[in-house]
Amino acid sequence: MSRQLRQRLGFTLLSLTTLTVVLPILLLVGYIVVQGAPAISGEFIVAMPRDGMRAGGLWPAIVGTVLLTLGTAIFAVPVGVAVAIYLAEYARDNLFTRLIRLAIINLAGVPSVVYGLFGLGLFVIFLQFGASILAGSLTLAIMTLPIIISTAEEALSAVPRSFRIVSFSLGGTKWQTVRRVVLPQALPGILTGVILGLERAAGETAPILFTVAAFFLPRLPHSIFDQTMALPYHLFVISTQVPGMPVHIQYGTALVLLIFVLSMNVLAAVMRSRFRAKRQW
Amino acid sequence: MWFEPLTEQQATLNVTMSSNPRNQTTILERLIERFIRVTGILVILFLALIFLFLLREGGATFFEVTLRNLLQTRWYPNEGHFGLLPLILGSLMVTLGAAVVSLPLGLLTAVFIAEVAPRWVREILKPFIEVLAGIPSVVLGFLGMLVVSPLIREYMGAPTGLTALSGSLMLGYMALPTIISVAEDALDAVPKSYRDAALALGATHWQTIWRVTVPAARSGILTAMMLGVGRAIGETMAVMMVTGNAARMPLTLGSFLMPVRTMTATIAAEMGEVAQGGAHYHVLFAIGLVLFFVTFIINLIAAWTIFRQGKRYGRLLS
Repeated sequence: MSRQLRQRLGFTLLSLTTLTVVLPILLLVGYIVVQGAPAISGEFIVAMPRDGMRAGGLWPAIVGTVLLTLGTAIFAVPVGVAVAIYLAEYARDNLFTRLIRLAIINLAGVPSVVYGLFGLGLFVIFLQFGASILAGSLTLAIMTLPIIISTAEEALSAVPRSFRIVSFSLGGTKWQTVRRVVLPQALPGILTGVILGLERAAGETAPILFTVAAFFLPRLPHSIFDQTMALPYHLFVISTQVPGMPVHIQYGTALVLLIFVLSMNVLAAVMRSRFRAKRQW
Repeated sequence: MWFEPLTEQQATLNVTMSSNPRNQTTILERLIERFIRVTGILVILFLALIFLFLLREGGATFFEVTLRNLLQTRWYPNEGHFGLLPLILGSLMVTLGAAVVSLPLGLLTAVFIAEVAPRWVREILKPFIEVLAGIPSVVLGFLGMLVVSPLIREYMGAPTGLTALSGSLMLGYMALPTIISVAEDALDAVPKSYRDAALALGATHWQTIWRVTVPAARSGILTAMMLGVGRAIGETMAVMMVTGNAARMPLTLGSFLMPVRTMTATIAAEMGEVAQGGAHYHVLFAIGLVLFFVTFIINLIAAWTIFRQGKRYGRLLS
């Protein structure tokens, strides 16, 4: 067999493999859209669930997921960005810095259900927050930190050194340089990372299982110490725990969750490409 | 877009106009810098806290339940049988299946994206892989139950579609984004001169890929595979929904067509129903401790290879 023929066969194999990865995903997502679209209506979004969740809408679950995502952002964004600034601008390459990076990589690898156990042990039981929006948000926030830190640090490191040197040469202090030169330049990249991190938090089920999620609670939460329904857990409940559940409601719920999460993904992608096109360095 | 990236001159101007005339660090600045330095320690603290609280709630297991009980083959918590072997083997089996699915697919797709695909295809595929990473695990589990399982029941002759095989397939696809993006980064990092040299010596593009580029990127590719497998072990929701959750010993190859139960699914399914502070409760935390250690070691090895090469580690985490 000639080398050229072998190459052509090889490239065909590679394209076929890639198709094997891409096609099932496209088909499955398309299937959810087709099956779920008929269920979606104004009422499906803003009504309370009725008849043991077999009718009505998703309102408390949607509100719950929005609240949890916001709560996650409140805790994870300041800490995540601060750690990123530390690593990108202040840290020297020493043992302590390596230890921090090691911790970040390991935090990223902790299974989501173990975060759930941790949240239960620390926030729900030890700090006595109970199963609450506060406990769930904190658990999700710690889980989200590695993603925010790593993308934010990359955005900060990408700002050219000359920007900093110019600022120093004009008499800017370290913090002035970070605050007024580096941070504004890296902001779009940081926001992209924040959105990707929050997207992950919004779609997670295992960390909220024991820390906040309510099986069926057809009202909106009263305070941050209240339990709440959440979209991912709701989808789990209606697809495994409720007998006689109408299929179109299941697909509709899956579609709403998918739209919720993937629209954040698209937002991040658009921001990134816009920013890259406009960037002049 | 509301961000106008500054040109270098504008950035310069900004500093000149607004910098502190006496050019001294103010107290507020020092406080902020102090805060930023402290947050670095927070990350280490969180990891330590996770370990401590797993130990706090799970440590009692080793006083309440005998080692003999933990190492038996029956998991019947209601009758005091806490045999972890079926759960550990279940996790291993599903993870092994996921590796068989995802390692070749992931490597070949990464090679395609990094080395072969034309630019426009790459511009479509890379965001697509990111989208795949963003699909919530519960949605994949739901699809696995309603679409994939019936197919397996029908075409593989399994008595039920909720099997270890279904779990392996779902997990394999869930590990793909990690494997593809990290491996692709590693391939991208191979200097162009390596390829040029091979091509100049008369090698075909195909030969160059497998004899020069992939071997040069091998440690990064290994890292990719390890992280992918690490993700697979820790996956919870999709696995719980499609594997049928029967705690039985999977000992033969035929077990792939039978239900299994993983460690993660056991925690997720049972923690809601146990009495706080009982033996069952403690054992579930102890399983969490085992999971924590396993993923910790995998990530430690991965981190070590990354540090040795002085690589950026951003893509590994997303």
